[in-house]
Amino acid sequence: MSDDDEIILADLNDEDLVAQMFDDLYDGMKEEIEEGVNILIGRGWEPYRVLTEALVGGMTIVGADFRDGILFVPEVLLAANAMKGGMAILKPLLAETGAPTIGKMVIGTVKGDIHDIGKNLVGMMMEGAGFEVVDLGINNAVDGYIDALIAEKADILGMSALLTTTMPYMKVVIDTLIEKGMREDYIVLVGGAPLNEEFGKAIGADAYCRDAAVAVETAKTWMARKHNRASAG
Amino acid sequence: MGLSSGDAPEMWNVEHPDRIAKLYQGAVDAGSDLFLTNTFGGNASRLKLHDAQGRVMELNKAAAEIGREVADKSGRTVIVAGSVGPTGDIMAPMGSLTHEIAVEMFHEQAEGLKAGGADVLWVETISAFEEYAAAAEAFKLADMPWCGTMSFDTAGRTMMGVTSRDMVKSVGKLDYKPLGFGANCGTGASDLLRTILGMADAEPDLPLISKGNAGIPKYHDGHIHYDGTPELMADYAELARNCGAKIIGGCCGTTPEHLRAMREALETRPKGDRPSLDDITAALGTFSSESDGTDGNGPVRAARRGKRRG
Repeated sequence: MSDDDEIILADLNDEDLVAQMFDDLYDGMKEEIEEGVNILIGRGWEPYRVLTEALVGGMTIVGADFRDGILFVPEVLLAANAMKGGMAILKPLLAETGAPTIGKMVIGTVKGDIHDIGKNLVGMMMEGAGFEVVDLGINNAVDGYIDALIAEKADILGMSALLTTTMPYMKVVIDTLIEKGMREDYIVLVGGAPLNEEFGKAIGADAYCRDAAVAVETAKTWMARKHNRASAG
Repeated sequence: MGLSSGDAPEMWNVEHPDRIAKLYQGAVDAGSDLFLTNTFGGNASRLKLHDAQGRVMELNKAAAEIGREVADKSGRTVIVAGSVGPTGDIMAPMGSLTHEIAVEMFHEQAEGLKAGGADVLWVETISAFEEYAAAAEAFKLADMPWCGTMSFDTAGRTMMGVTSRDMVKSVGKLDYKPLGFGANCGTGASDLLRTILGMADAEPDLPLISKGNAGIPKYHDGHIHYDGTPELMADYAELARNCGAKIIGGCCGTTPEHLRAMREALETRPKGDRPSLDDITAALGTFSSESDGTDGNGPVRAARRGKRRG
């Protein structure tokens, strides 16, 4: 790289800097993202604005290209890692300023199932979209999900399964939520390789999400509906 | 066969060897020339989730021994292929799994399968070529012949973005080459054959393996079953051969009934011309994505707004 190619982030105006950050997120450049976040904060941007306009904005492009089969898991992991770098700077600032949260998700692989790559990817993409994510890991029984939903005051429950033998357990969790009168309090999203939309409907989930990018879009749509309902009610 | 949800199937190699023998026998009686051992999750990384990481040698050896016995008393040549699945971890630098640890885990499993009498090692459902290469290195250490397939389940590529053509190229560069390579599992039979066509186009030097699922899983009254009929799998097998595959089998959802129909189709139907993509979808259903990344017609990234760094 010659000196002529060097990009000095601090020399860019806000608009060009955000555009550059979109590209740097896309390319998974963590240090550049951290630098960009610090510059915007230094220029007086609200932390929430940095999160939504620069980071979430950039990750939306990554998510869309992942959904469309332009980017694949390795690139998405790098982008999520860069986003994480930026988030680490913003998180304490967001807490201080009492900025609104985008939504909170409890996520975990169902009982009997130990597969977690897809679930981890959804968690990362959800964080990339600004959601708070509580990851329960693998092999979760119904009580674990319900305790976490209550304790975390979550908005969304995400369940994952890779095995045809474990996916019916999702219905056990949903049925228990119904029995306890809690089903309407949460958005329930399900995913995993052997699932499909038909299955999601059959077990009473709000939506089946084909991949991590779809999970993010679906979560956003349902959160907007939830907010509308809350303000209408 | 009654395995409880979430239990490690590999435990049955020692707890219920009779059931595993019956499982293998089903494939042999249906006319299979080759079957895979019940060891897909038999590496230390997967067994660790059942706190059985110290039993890799024992469980793999037992599975291969049962297979050896079933094969030897079949009265014909039946190949015992020692199944090796992915570690389930993402490789460094993106993930935590280093090349050295991956090789060590695959090697440990390979030695168990070898000790039990497997004829060949069979790694499958791999999504990262780095992991495939680690398995190759491990199998060399075990001094065992091997075959290996990857799963192309994401817009016609593997989860990690590998295209059919990429795989042909990468396999060609391996130091310790497989006897055959190809694709297994993934989405439906149509996608799998598109992958095989893509590989055949790249003119590989080694035989191609096609191991597709018996349809896709459907949920009925609390149970899951795959919707691919024996008739569909028979058509799939015939098309797989016409696409250029030399080793043809069934992955998830395949039962002896499917295998019988596949064997019969391969024996009774004449070899036909190489099918077009349209022929495949007409016989087996539509693809899960428009492009598989080998035709230059896939979606591309929108123009950058920022400047490209050096």
